[in-house]
Amino acid sequence: MNATLFYVTFALYMSATVVYLVYLSKPTESLGKFARWLLASGFAIHIVFTIHRYLVAGHTPITNLHESLSFFSMAVVGVFIFIERRFKIIVLGSFVTPVALVLMAVSSLFPSAIVPLNPALKSKWLVFHTVVAFLGYASFAVAFGAAIIYLMQERFLKKKKLGGLFQRLPSLNTLDEINYRCLTFGFPLLTVAIISGAIWAETAWGTYWSWDPKETWSLITWFVYAALLHGRLTTGWRGKKAAILAIVGFFVMLFTFLGVNLLMTGLHSYK
Amino acid sequence: MNIVVVGLSHKTATVEIREKLAFSPTQMEKPLQVLVGLEGITEGVIVSTCNRVEVYVTTKDIAGGIARVKRFLADYHNFPIETLEQHIYSLHGEDAIRHVFRVASSLDSMVVGEPQILGQIKTSYGYAAEYRSSGIILNRFLHKAFSVAKRVRTETKIASSAVSVAFAAVELARKIFSDLSDKTVMLIGAGEMCELAAKHFLNSGVRGLMVTNRTFERAERLADEFGGKAVRFDDLFEQLHKADIILSSTGAPHTIIGAADLEEVMRRRRQKSMFFIDIAIPRDIDPAVNDVENVYLFTVDDLQEVVASNLQQRSEEAKKAEEIVNEEIGQFFKWLSSLDVTPTIVALRSKFDEIRRLELEKTLANWKDLPPDGQKRLEALTNAIMNKLLHPPTTLIKQAGQGGRTDLYVDAVRALYGLEVGGNGQDEELELEE
Repeated sequence: MNATLFYVTFALYMSATVVYLVYLSKPTESLGKFARWLLASGFAIHIVFTIHRYLVAGHTPITNLHESLSFFSMAVVGVFIFIERRFKIIVLGSFVTPVALVLMAVSSLFPSAIVPLNPALKSKWLVFHTVVAFLGYASFAVAFGAAIIYLMQERFLKKKKLGGLFQRLPSLNTLDEINYRCLTFGFPLLTVAIISGAIWAETAWGTYWSWDPKETWSLITWFVYAALLHGRLTTGWRGKKAAILAIVGFFVMLFTFLGVNLLMTGLHSYK
Repeated sequence: MNIVVVGLSHKTATVEIREKLAFSPTQMEKPLQVLVGLEGITEGVIVSTCNRVEVYVTTKDIAGGIARVKRFLADYHNFPIETLEQHIYSLHGEDAIRHVFRVASSLDSMVVGEPQILGQIKTSYGYAAEYRSSGIILNRFLHKAFSVAKRVRTETKIASSAVSVAFAAVELARKIFSDLSDKTVMLIGAGEMCELAAKHFLNSGVRGLMVTNRTFERAERLADEFGGKAVRFDDLFEQLHKADIILSSTGAPHTIIGAADLEEVMRRRRQKSMFFIDIAIPRDIDPAVNDVENVYLFTVDDLQEVVASNLQQRSEEAKKAEEIVNEEIGQFFKWLSSLDVTPTIVALRSKFDEIRRLELEKTLANWKDLPPDGQKRLEALTNAIMNKLLHPPTTLIKQAGQGGRTDLYVDAVRALYGLEVGGNGQDEELELEE
């Protein structure tokens, strides 16, 4: 049952991605509606999957890579749907849904068996710390999508290659705006995630900060985004520079999330 | 009744000839009245724009009608008819209908898809309606042309891309800034294209306009004209950071804005994007400016290329538009041919006959002691009454048909008896909005 829900979600995300990509080359109203409908249905099933798994496991399904990648994907789709409603930019989906789809694909590679909760994680902080962190990650993922489009549009303009794709993608200003909105949404969440993690660490391990790789890399991620936010607010790091930093930040964040778990050993390495 | 088109356009005549044959929009009453006063011409509309002069008429006699309209054009403008013949085209039947639908849909325009032509035809038709030179056929015909044009505009992308340099500049600005309402345009120097582009930007709702010129008085004059602010040329770099869109066309022999100048400007703008359009030859703005982060420099050639590719796209959309036109021709033609008298007479007869037979059946059904030859005699009686009643209107309609004034009687008879003849003539929209 749980696996079925997972694969239905996966299939819906895959179809949504395909339709969003077709939409990129042929933006008709009906295709756009269809893509949004597919994604929204996938998101709904995804929520059902997560709740179902919560009920079966008895704890928030976010404690192994299968679960947390799936949760990450769900957060990306959720934040994207929110941004899309807000900015009315369907074409952004052509760049963000593939990210959600890849996360689901990677998630499916990891064992999906429900394992008893690691005693160290048994805490009311688990839900708060992880949900906040993943919402932050998700908005950085949407910023990443917008940044990729920004760099494409910027290049088209500089090289005077103003073809159909250029016409269909949004304006530089809108993309920069999305980048900024995602940053101002994601950065406080990341900050709260790190602080709540430290408090939790104090109660669980007796120390606020132990320079575990996850902690170190979270801090690096935080600094990248802090630099971007600071640059934006003071010296006007907007446009291209902001887009590049949003992309760099996204990869650092991915490493914090995946690389640390897979390549390094430490207190956070749950596989 | 036939629709005939006689005219000349940018495709067949030079501007010098078109000028000589143009009608002044303020004096349309006289030519329209002369036109419908011609022998055999029942209705007439004159369309006169800078790119075409066309006369639409209805007539029974196609060849005679065409000859008379040509003569009218030549005589009215004192133009030698031999020269006129070389530039004029004449169409009738389906070709005439197709032509007018295409003209209204801007498929025959110099710049395919340009939106002005529809308004010009509507105005021309307005005069014909005002001076009563158009009647039932041309009224219906032109309204149909307007609705075809509307369909073409909404169902194809023929009018959706910028096909002038000035308009292309505005579209590009939207692609950079999205919203222009808080943006400021700066005009450096003067020149027709520069001013045209400035007008387009103002129409698109930019917040402000600054004008600078080596002669400050000129800057002031332009600033007054556009409701902008004049800036001294020496203060250019003091003010440049306030401008988002810069249109430059000075006569300077060397560039006046270099990449190095922009470093300070961009710092003061906190890196907000800038859009430079260099219209001058030789160039006013160093090409290296394009390499400055968040600065986009376009020359006239770059914009010209955008326009060319948009035109290419338009010609593809034009194919779709032609299909729409073809679809609509069939419908209109059906209505037009239904105007001929014969179908109306047939319809009228069968309507009467239907009533007669229905009433007869009712009577016969309840008539128990009917004599053996009673039914035959009743048939003969009712038939005779019907024929007597139908004789005068039938003759009148036939005579009217020969005289070319069918519309009045045909329409009256159809309205009086609720006849439906040859396709759906009545369900077309007849509004003249926009």
